[in-house]
Amino acid sequence: MIIKRRIVLKGVLAAFAAGSALLASAGAYSAWPKAAFSSKTQTDILQSLYGDIEAVPSGKIKIKTPDVAENGASVPVNISTEIADVESISIVVPNNPLPLAGLFEHGGGILGYVSTRIKMGKTGDVIAVVKSNGRLYTAKKTVKVTLGGCGG
Amino acid sequence: MKKRGLKGKAKEREGIVTVKILISHPMEPGTRKDKITGKLIPAHFIEEVTCKIADKTVYTAYFAGAIAKNPFISFKTKDAARGGLIEAAWKDNQGEFGKTEFVIK
Repeated sequence: MIIKRRIVLKGVLAAFAAGSALLASAGAYSAWPKAAFSSKTQTDILQSLYGDIEAVPSGKIKIKTPDVAENGASVPVNISTEIADVESISIVVPNNPLPLAGLFEHGGGILGYVSTRIKMGKTGDVIAVVKSNGRLYTAKKTVKVTLGGCGG
Repeated sequence: MKKRGLKGKAKEREGIVTVKILISHPMEPGTRKDKITGKLIPAHFIEEVTCKIADKTVYTAYFAGAIAKNPFISFKTKDAARGGLIEAAWKDNQGEFGKTEFVIK
């Protein structure tokens, strides 16, 4: 009798452990990365998003933006890369009050490309961070802004 | 609550599908001041846009208030075919949300 009870108990424990592991991974996937979005420096953002991976400058990332943006409230940014197996791309604008503008997570089959429009408070760099196979690659481009788009 | 529109378009060319999504949304970053009252306008921006192809989430975009008003995003995939269905959904920091479906042309 005692043995039987032990087996049942073990089964219940195992099921519970499996269930909570599943919940934890689902939660991590759908959460908006608040800490990274409220960080004020590029180093903090990368640390918060990716941990201790060093970002290496790469010539394989192309950032297309206007050289001079007349209106900082809407600056088209187009990032494309030849790097294979892109897991995510993030856009960082160091001169904005909150530098992380967007994080794009790629599932299977998605190519290393993103196109969007961002706000820029003043003239400065637009930095693209590409994650692929556990490594980080970055590239940047300076955009001159004649009218800021972040108010204040 | 103001009605928000979500428009999506996807086109296949030489095996690559380009998906474009446009959402009508004010995208208030929470750093701007009202010119008359001098008070900060509360943040109101889309936090998350997800895209599903064949019921599988393939693309997730997380936004800050620094994405321009009426956000536009575009991405490319090679794992989709003409006639396939794409589901796009968004939600913002004030609990509003929306979604749409469109077919790859």
